[in-house]
Amino acid sequence: MTKITPDVVDHVTKLCRIHLTNEERKKFTEQLNQILTYMDKLNELNTENVEPTSHVVPLENVLRKDALSPSLGSEKALANAPDKHGEYFKVPRIINGTE
Amino acid sequence: MTDIGKNSKDAKGKRQYEITIGLEVHAALSTTTKIFCACGTKFGEAPNSQTCPVCLGMPGVLPVLNENVVKYAIRAALALNCKFNLLNKFDRKNYYYPDLPKNYQISQDYLPIAHDGCLDIFLSSGKRKIRINNIHMEEDAGKNLHAGDTGLLDASLVDFNRAGVPLLEIVTYPDMHSVGEVEKLMTALRDILMYTGVADCKMEEGGLRFEANISLMPFGQTDLGPRVEMKNLNSFKTVIKALNYEIRRQEKSLRQGEKVTQETRLWDDKSGETSPMRSKEEAHDYRYFPEPDLVPLVIDEQLIEEIRSSLAELPASKLERFCKDYGLSEYDARVITSSRALADFYEEVAAVCKEPKTVSNWVTGELQGILNEEKRDIGDCPISPEQLAELLSLLSKGAVSAPSAKIILRDMFHSGKSAKAIIEEKGLSQISDEKDIRPAVKHIINTNTGIVDDYCKGKEKAIGALIGKVMKETRGRADPTKVSQILRELLEEEKRSR
Amino acid sequence: MELNELTAHEIRNLLESGKTSSEEVTRAVFAKIDREDGQIGAYITLCKEWAFDRAKTVDRKRKDGQAMPPLAGIPIAIKDNICTRDIRTTCSSKILENFFPPYQATVVEKILASDMVPIGKTNMDEFAMGSSTETSFFGVTHNPWNLEMIPGGSSGGSAASVANDEAIVSLGSDTGGSIRQPAGMCGVVGLKPTYGKVSRFGLIAFASSLDQIGPLTGDVEDSALLLDAICGHDARDSTSVDVPANHAKALSGSISKNIIGIPDEYFVGGLETEVETAVREAIKVLEGLGAKLQRVSLPHTDYAIATYYIIATAEASSNLARYDGVKYGYRHKAEKGLSLSEMYGKTRSEGFGVEVKRRIGLGTYTLSAGYYDAYYLKAQRVRTLIRNDFEKAFGKCDCIIAPTSPTAAFRIGEKIDNPLQMYLSDIFTIPANLAGIPAISIPCGLTRDGLPIGLQIMGKAFDETTILQTAYAYEQAADWRTITPDGNKL
Ligand SMILES: [Mg+2]
Ligand SMILES: [Zn+2]
Repeated sequence: MTKITPDVVDHVTKLCRIHLTNEERKKFTEQLNQILTYMDKLNELNTENVEPTSHVVPLENVLRKDALSPSLGSEKALANAPDKHGEYFKVPRIINGTE
Repeated sequence: MTDIGKNSKDAKGKRQYEITIGLEVHAALSTTTKIFCACGTKFGEAPNSQTCPVCLGMPGVLPVLNENVVKYAIRAALALNCKFNLLNKFDRKNYYYPDLPKNYQISQDYLPIAHDGCLDIFLSSGKRKIRINNIHMEEDAGKNLHAGDTGLLDASLVDFNRAGVPLLEIVTYPDMHSVGEVEKLMTALRDILMYTGVADCKMEEGGLRFEANISLMPFGQTDLGPRVEMKNLNSFKTVIKALNYEIRRQEKSLRQGEKVTQETRLWDDKSGETSPMRSKEEAHDYRYFPEPDLVPLVIDEQLIEEIRSSLAELPASKLERFCKDYGLSEYDARVITSSRALADFYEEVAAVCKEPKTVSNWVTGELQGILNEEKRDIGDCPISPEQLAELLSLLSKGAVSAPSAKIILRDMFHSGKSAKAIIEEKGLSQISDEKDIRPAVKHIINTNTGIVDDYCKGKEKAIGALIGKVMKETRGRADPTKVSQILRELLEEEKRSR
Repeated sequence: MELNELTAHEIRNLLESGKTSSEEVTRAVFAKIDREDGQIGAYITLCKEWAFDRAKTVDRKRKDGQAMPPLAGIPIAIKDNICTRDIRTTCSSKILENFFPPYQATVVEKILASDMVPIGKTNMDEFAMGSSTETSFFGVTHNPWNLEMIPGGSSGGSAASVANDEAIVSLGSDTGGSIRQPAGMCGVVGLKPTYGKVSRFGLIAFASSLDQIGPLTGDVEDSALLLDAICGHDARDSTSVDVPANHAKALSGSISKNIIGIPDEYFVGGLETEVETAVREAIKVLEGLGAKLQRVSLPHTDYAIATYYIIATAEASSNLARYDGVKYGYRHKAEKGLSLSEMYGKTRSEGFGVEVKRRIGLGTYTLSAGYYDAYYLKAQRVRTLIRNDFEKAFGKCDCIIAPTSPTAAFRIGEKIDNPLQMYLSDIFTIPANLAGIPAISIPCGLTRDGLPIGLQIMGKAFDETTILQTAYAYEQAADWRTITPDGNKL
């Protein structure tokens, strides 16, 4: 049986960059536990010699030629930007290589 | 650069700690377009001008793999003696950073294109094999500009032009034990990547970047000790400086009985120090999983063979061949094969002028000297291999003297004229007829009685000074062998007559 | 009968005989929208000007005697997770509230090349994560058959627009049933094509290995016509398969030699009696048309939901990482001095709704260090077992018939606070996505409360023809499509 503590929820929400209020955090913990307990159902199955499926299409080697197409141009690239500075996207200051 | 690894000795001169270093090398492939979209890869374009919905990570767009990325990766893998994974997959590496448009990088984790290769480095103690752990294909991120570059105090700026540029990541085993070895490896790797034409390795454009991991342990131990990773190393010099710094720092800690923390550190070029990245426990949980938007890549053995047969000769085997076929010394051969352009130039000259040692002397000596003076590269040398071959053939036939040839070469470099034209113009053809040389020799004997006296008294070395004077008299045109021969004859006569 | 109440192929006849124009049809559609969409909420964005512009252009072309594609001049609604160049595309999320794509989804290029008339972008569950169209930032969509009921989801707006004659046909997307389930609940025809049959380029990804665009239409013939218009190989989608197709032409093929599989596991507890009765009646009709019935077993059906929610949320957690307030979309309005990390966290917390956050969290957890093997890899292995089940079953039959959903439409708000309960309502539609096979939902009756019931027909990969033929034969025999929602309730 899976047990998710609020600490695990904190770890997960840090990983996926989502802030939760205390109330959300409590509810989340409860619901994730409920859902993951349901997921444990899969452990009933022995899958030892079963290959995983990551694609259902019978395709391989889909490649394109190394040929140039026009780019979007910076004006269009930046058209949806929430904040910009000249031809750059602008973000809060990045410190010490991490955020 | 001092090789700290070799110098980590205690007061009695004994090394205390064994150093172990591994590298991760990122090389930007020289394709025309990006790895998953048709944007160009040119460096130095206006910010964000080289972008499209795919490399900007816009909603709903999909990656399609550039076939040249695969071909170049195969080429590099062959050159590095790797084994192939015929079944290749791409994986997503998930982490948040403003220069990463999708907040995941498409890379290869589980089934990279190649693994378990090696390359040789040459040390004074002999050849050493450095093993390659794996080679994989991935996309580059964009570029963040920080306060120092932008003047904006509360913001950073992002340029996605580089996002999606194809990278080859080459991961070595921790097989290096000194900074000197690392330097040799970086050079060897760069030579191979440039030789095979897969990357142009322009450091100033970020075309070749390094991450190093290093650990120190007291000699005799087997446990490698905590690993420190260093990111942000964008040139050979930086790698060397950062490693030297880190060795000193870790040695100091160890001597003081402190523990070295396993961590990732960032090199700061300005301060010349490394500092820990603000550590977050989850920083390394990349949550790799198979990229669902790309189908498997199955590498055809036939394609590998085709590429193998088209592969340019690599520096190491070229070196061997030059020693054997041209009879060059290992030193000369190494100088010539250090760049593909120089080696090709040499071979073209040697093909016409069949005196490989003379060609080697002139290419590495006189010509290289002029190139250095003029701050130019063999790649844009104004003298063509054919032109040099003509000059050297004239020299070996005796049509021109060596001192004249040096003058002619310089003239060729600046005027672009042929050797023959310059010889004619300047009247530099060699005087090799005895009857033309004899009067000049006689004249020098008559006007340098002091030196002649010395010779006659048994100081045979004095003949050198006289040869020089004859050559000067004939403006370098007289055949030096003949000059020396006639001089000796006349001097002996003089000696006998006294 | 108003023009907007006709099917596309009926309108086509009128257009070709010169009895009406695309402009008139478009006008009828917008008149209906103006009158009733306030109560239905099928649309997020309308593009009236563009629609009339195109309708007139198409009419002119036809007048000039040009050969027109079958669906030329037909108004079409587009789910708002399909990118339309310079037309707002929101995915029903605050985080993309003001996103104007600088590119066109391949399916949009194709419908434009077919001279169709796009009329607007339809409401959906945020990022297609839901089964009820209640999680949209732009409000809920109501079921035209009963405004207190959900229309199904996530393509609820696309289904409701067709059901309420606010569009002639529409495009939806189906990751775990998001076309078929709302089609069933709104009494229209919804087809999820084989994975790889329709390009995903420009479809805002929820779960990349499961997502597929497909038609929602008034009847089976329209479904085949629209599928013909949008399918085909696309070099911009690496998972796109090159299979030539002409489904509309093959529609009326005989089904008398077909073997129809009836899966034991789809007629079990949790299936509402009324739904079961209707589906069994439909099977009898098909038997009457000469089809043979064959019991089949899909033994891993019970594991499909767990498998699906692990795979879909894991892929989603990665697909939705790009919404970070840097390049486009919503960004938290900062007081000064906000750190990058706070900007990310606040942008995503405010920009995403609760169900999206729940799924991102779940997917992040199952991919994280130490859990990958137990959840994601395990689910991928079970996915193989589920695919094998179908392969075995299709060794014995040509197509498989089942209910689309265990129940008819439920009440708005009924399951919104119980995510697991909501997930369980997709039990019959999810397996086709996991196996990548095509499946269609067609109306097969009404409940006592007057709500539509959906019949699902699943087929072999790339064999849309068989399921369309079977659906068409049933539709012609049963004729449920003539029953439409009671306009008086509006
Ligand atoms: Mg990497
Ligand atoms: Zn691009």
